[in-house]
Amino acid sequence: MLNIEWHQIWVIASKEFWDRIRNRWVLAVAAVFTAFALVIAYFGAAQQGAVGFHSIDVTIASLVSLVIYLIPLIALILGYDAIVGERERGSLDLLLSMPITRFELLLGKFCGLAGALAFSTLAGFGLVGLLLSYQVDTTALLHYAGFMFSAILMGMAFLSMAVAVSVVATDRTSASGIAIALWFFFVLVFDLLLLGALVVTGGKYGGDIFPYLLFLNPADIFRILNIFGMEGVKSLYGLATVFPKNLANPWLLGTVMVAWIVAPLGFASWRFK
Amino acid sequence: MKKNIIEVNAVAKQFGEVRAVDGVDLAVQKGEIFGLIGHNGAGKSTLFKMMLGLLPVSDGEIRIHGQPIRGETFRQVRRNIGYLPENVVFYDNLTGLETLEFFADLKSVTKGRCAELLDKVGLSHAARRRVRGYSKGMRQRLGFAQAMLGKPAILFLDEPTSGLDPEGIREFYRILWEMREQGVTMILTSHILAEIQERVDRLAIMKMGKIQALGTVQSLREKIDLPLLIQIIMQPGTLDDLIAALTHLDLGEAEEENGTVQVSCPREKKMAVLSLLAELDGKVLDLVVREPSLEDVFLGYSG
Repeated sequence: MLNIEWHQIWVIASKEFWDRIRNRWVLAVAAVFTAFALVIAYFGAAQQGAVGFHSIDVTIASLVSLVIYLIPLIALILGYDAIVGERERGSLDLLLSMPITRFELLLGKFCGLAGALAFSTLAGFGLVGLLLSYQVDTTALLHYAGFMFSAILMGMAFLSMAVAVSVVATDRTSASGIAIALWFFFVLVFDLLLLGALVVTGGKYGGDIFPYLLFLNPADIFRILNIFGMEGVKSLYGLATVFPKNLANPWLLGTVMVAWIVAPLGFASWRFK
Repeated sequence: MKKNIIEVNAVAKQFGEVRAVDGVDLAVQKGEIFGLIGHNGAGKSTLFKMMLGLLPVSDGEIRIHGQPIRGETFRQVRRNIGYLPENVVFYDNLTGLETLEFFADLKSVTKGRCAELLDKVGLSHAARRRVRGYSKGMRQRLGFAQAMLGKPAILFLDEPTSGLDPEGIREFYRILWEMREQGVTMILTSHILAEIQERVDRLAIMKMGKIQALGTVQSLREKIDLPLLIQIIMQPGTLDDLIAALTHLDLGEAEEENGTVQVSCPREKKMAVLSLLAELDGKVLDLVVREPSLEDVFLGYSG
């Protein structure tokens, strides 16, 4: 293993980050997040015939349902062409002829894109958090901060998968196909498969390993991280109620999430060689 | 004897069933301008990429400054190398200056040198324009400036003049010669053989992954012994005298077009033809002796 030069990672990461600032990607995503957060916080209870801010728990729960679709999609779209895009355009050879290792290039790309995603998430939801801070107490704000932080972690997990896709795919078209397929699988299909398996077996088999299976999906980890802390909304989520309390430790869930960030990147780095 | 900067020993590259490069030996000396020519698919680009360390060799060994290009020393070797890829692609959203600064950063070169380099390749007027609006020739110039970042000891230039106008090509070689004076070693590929024949010190002709011929243009010409081409312009009405005289020498068929007679002549018969023409004193208006072009040499070697 060659020595890592952090400067090279920094150069690549800065370029990726500033590219996203300059082409207004960060601004657009942040604006979308702000708009959704505002609408959900202030009009979320409109069905009950009331408008205006109600409870932080309900707001976070609604935001979680939204973000669980949105952030994986945004992260996958952000990262799917990181490497294959350079290869297809023909700029990869020149980059690799520089005094930089493939690992440094990959990590730099990931860090820059992750920075852009984190920045737009923080800016978008943070703005609404600032407005909320006039109406809620510190505990509620911490919950909200936890929501933002876990959303960023989930985004990074999906970004990591996207970067791995960008290494494996032969062209941009197939990379985008794989990225969308991953989104379908983790966001739409995975839970249905688990539920289906539970129903078919009548819950007799595999009930014990079921909670662990949820660890195989970063979106589920994100959901459990956010819902479990809040007694008021726990019952709204079927999946969360079958989850044993001892596994709902935020540190354990956080560690699994970090593993979801590291593992695809590690795979990508191995394949990129 | 000059020092070898690039040493390629018995290098081969296998892609599945295809042997793209097959046992190539090559040594390029310090301060040399070395040309690499061959048809598409002859293995030039693969050899180039292996010399740069972008592709691992399947067999053999490549050393730059006596060090392997891959492995522990790669960073040190890379900092001494400039590379201009064929059809260079940059990031459309950056300006010329930003592009150069990005690569300067990766090579740990002071960014202050960038404006100077843009000036050198004649791009200072477009430094703050986005690359998106650059013409092919401007991108090529930017690519050349990029390759010169950090005063590299070796330049790898893949089809460096494609997209440049004649003036641009002349300017490009002027910079190349200036760098040769400073001891920079350059290795370049080109498909415009006429352009590189007067401008490289030595060249290698590649065919099907092998080096078919290696040497100076002159030595390659002599080795393959292609005939010279002699063009003669005669006084009106004296053509028959010339044709009659030429038949004695047993040369190839003479062709006549618009009063110019063209005949190919083996190298050893050159003086005989000239003395014969001297006897036709007053009837010969003009005479041109053409050496076989690099194109002819190239076709002779690569078929």
